[in-house]
Parts: sequence; C-alpha cells; structure tokens
Amino acid sequence: MSGAEKIAVRMRVNGETREAQVEPRTLLVEFLRENLNLTGTHIGCDTTYCGACTVLLNGRTVKSCTLFAPMADGGEITTVEGLTTNGALHPVQHAFAECHGLQCGYCTPGLLLSTLHLLTKNVKPTDKEIRKAIAGNTCRCTGYQNILKAIRMAADEMGKR
Amino acid sequence: MYAYPFSYHRAKSLAEASELLRQLGDESRVLAGGQSLIPLMKMRLVRPTALIDINFVPGLNDIQSHNGELRFGALARHTDIEMSDAAAGIPILHDCGAGIADVQVRNQGTIGGSVAEADPSGDWSATLLTLETSVVCVGRQGERSVRLEEFIKDAYTTVLAHDELVREIIVKKPPKNSGGAYLAFKRSAPVYATASAAVQVTLDGKDICKDIRIVLGCVGLTAIRAKQAEAELRGKKIDDETMQRAADAARSAAEPQGDMRGSADYKRALVAALVRRALGIAVRRARGERVEAGHEYVGR
Repeated sequence: MSGAEKIAVRMRVNGETREAQVEPRTLLVEFLRENLNLTGTHIGCDTTYCGACTVLLNGRTVKSCTLFAPMADGGEITTVEGLTTNGALHPVQHAFAECHGLQCGYCTPGLLLSTLHLLTKNVKPTDKEIRKAIAGNTCRCTGYQNILKAIRMAADEMGKR
Repeated sequence: MYAYPFSYHRAKSLAEASELLRQLGDESRVLAGGQSLIPLMKMRLVRPTALIDINFVPGLNDIQSHNGELRFGALARHTDIEMSDAAAGIPILHDCGAGIADVQVRNQGTIGGSVAEADPSGDWSATLLTLETSVVCVGRQGERSVRLEEFIKDAYTTVLAHDELVREIIVKKPPKNSGGAYLAFKRSAPVYATASAAVQVTLDGKDICKDIRIVLGCVGLTAIRAKQAEAELRGKKIDDETMQRAADAARSAAEPQGDMRGSADYKRALVAALVRRALGIAVRRARGERVEAGHEYVGR
C-alpha cells in the first residue's frame, strides 16, 4: 500500500476504546480484522451484497465492507465477538446453535447481528418481518429454514427476559 | 478490495465542504452514505483523489413537516424515512424508503446521495418525480432551489457545480384525494431493480382522474416521465380499459437497454406490468384504502 497519509481513527468496539493509524481507504471490516484482530466479522462478496461483514454501528446494522473506517470514527461498534457475556452465549447465538441455523458458519456472524438488530426494535416479528430483516444476509448452505426457526426461538427467548 | 488511495477530509459544515471541493479540485468528491460511491471505488470504476466526508455535519439528517411540505435533510437515511411519521402519510415515500436494497444499506444510504448520484436505477428520483420536489443546493455562490426535473440532467449528471452540495430535498404534500405507489422489481433484495414504476394519482370523486404522474425507473438514462400514459388517464374515468391503455403507453415510453438484468423487450413488458399494478394500488390509496406495496423480489 502506498499513497495517502495515515490518519487516526478511534471507536468503541464491543465496549472498549480502540484506535489506530490507518490509510483513509481502509474499510471498516479491514480495520476490525487487520488492526484489531477481530476476525469474527467475515468478508464474503466484498461488493455490498452478502452481508457476512454486518456489524452494528451506533445500534444499526451496516455492511462493514462498504464503509471507510474513518466514517465510523467516534462510533460504537458491536461485532460477533461482543455478543457473549463472560463466555455465555447470547440468546441469539444459543438459538442458532440449538436450531442448527448454520452449516459452514461463514454467514453466521452477520446473521446474528441482523437478528439482534431486528429483535431490539421488534420483539415479536412476523415471518414476513423476519424475512425482510435478513434479506441482506446471504446463506448458501442452509436454505434459510433453520435460520428462520432460530430467529423465532431467539425472539421467544428474548421476549421472556 | 482496496480503492485507489485518496486523501480524507472531514467537513464540519456544508460551507466548509464547498470550500474543500474548490480547493481540492475536480477529482475530489463528496462522501455521504457511501453505498454507491464506495462499491464503485472498490471496483476501481471511479478514482477520486480526495473525499470530503459530510457525515459529521450536524443537523443534516432532519425530517420536518410543516406548511404542507416535507423537508428531508440530505443525510436522512432511507431507514429514517421508512420509520418517519412524516413520510408515513405519503405512501409512495414509504414504499420507496422501505424497499431500497436491504436493511444494512438502508441504515447507511441517504436520500441526498441517491438524488445527487443520479443513477438511472436510483429509486428516489423516480419516486420523487411524481411529486412536486425541489432540491436545495448550497455552494460558494450561495443557495438555490432547483426543481427535481431540472436538477437531473442525464445519467450520473446533475446541475450541481463542482463546489455545490445538496442540503435538503423539499416535497410538497399531495392533496387528500391523492394516492401513490412505487413498485420496483428486483431479483433479490440487495441488487438494483430491473425496472420500476412510480404513480401518483389525484381523483375527482371516486374514479375520475383529476391529475396523474407516471414515472418509469431503470429503463432509460434517467427516470422517464411517461406523459402519453398520463394523457390516457387525465380527465378520464379510471377503469381497467384506461389503465391498460396507460400501461401500453408506458411500454412505448420506456427506453431500456438489455443487460444482465434482462433484455430490452423483457424490461418493456415488465415496466408496463408494474405501471398497471401501481395504478391499481395508487387509485385504491387515493380512495383512502390502506394497501401494502413496495419492492418485489424472490423470497420476500
């Protein structure tokens, strides 16, 4: 890499303040994976299609392959690594494991965050609302049926809390 | 994938952004939500030498409703519009905002960016052309308000001077006996539509068309106002026959190019069908009925 001058970016990632000097063209997903070593966020298509790179930025899902890291400066990021509490799985993670809502697992981090985003806003989503909420997450293994089951289960579990 | 290197500049106001555009020259560009620009830069189809990030300019994402107008700040995200009470009263705006790409892209992409990009497949231009819409532009010469019809000149081309930016989009609220619908057909959620149709109809009584606008998206270098299709309905009774005549006229007005989304003939047939369906929904909404509609894709 060469060219543009590096600039400082700083954000809160899974509750911790992290910062680094990066080239402006550094994508948010590369900042997470390469600078912070948080490799749970995956790069799938790298063209804003598949949603494997989905993270929460200030409470909203974004495709981290389609943001330059400086755009998230000062922001609050949640990645899949931030879902567990003291090693205990988040109810969304538990539901995906329980319902076999994954096979190869590549799309799973993104789907977990899209599910969390949905259930934070809507505790009792209809099937149609679930489908719409995960329309930006591509899974090439499951055929989605077990993912839908997992999201329904996570909604039930989170509704009880 | 890496974009070509560029220098990054964060503007604190639109005045500063305009000044930076002037200083940094022709190869500098404004960065709003980035959902069109960043993929183009990663694929190295565009190569700006400098980006001016306006995401940190305060107050640019407001949505306000007063005096019969809706004002959308340039940075209002598609999601903000989907969720806003102000837009909920104008169903065609909700159809558009709630259907663009997918949740993640709607959370980040902006109405100002969509209009200023002037992509032939952009959803907002087609939708907003059915309403009285103006674009407020600011630059070194001050501020001006440009009607959307005049704002978009050609594919990816607007009247914006290099150092000018979009500050807000102003939409006049349609009258009470008016209803609209925006239908876009796409193969899956994240992709651009194959074709789209936007219709806003104002009724006289129960079924006489007092006024109408019909706009076609993705089937020309810009969104196309199908004036002959409108003439088939304006002042006439709206029934199956006149709606079909309008759809046929829309088919002739389309100027599609065949590409990986479909052949030109297919797109003509598709856009006519979308117009016919959007007309039916718009008329029902104009009569006060609640009808769910929006983007169509497999698996929805």
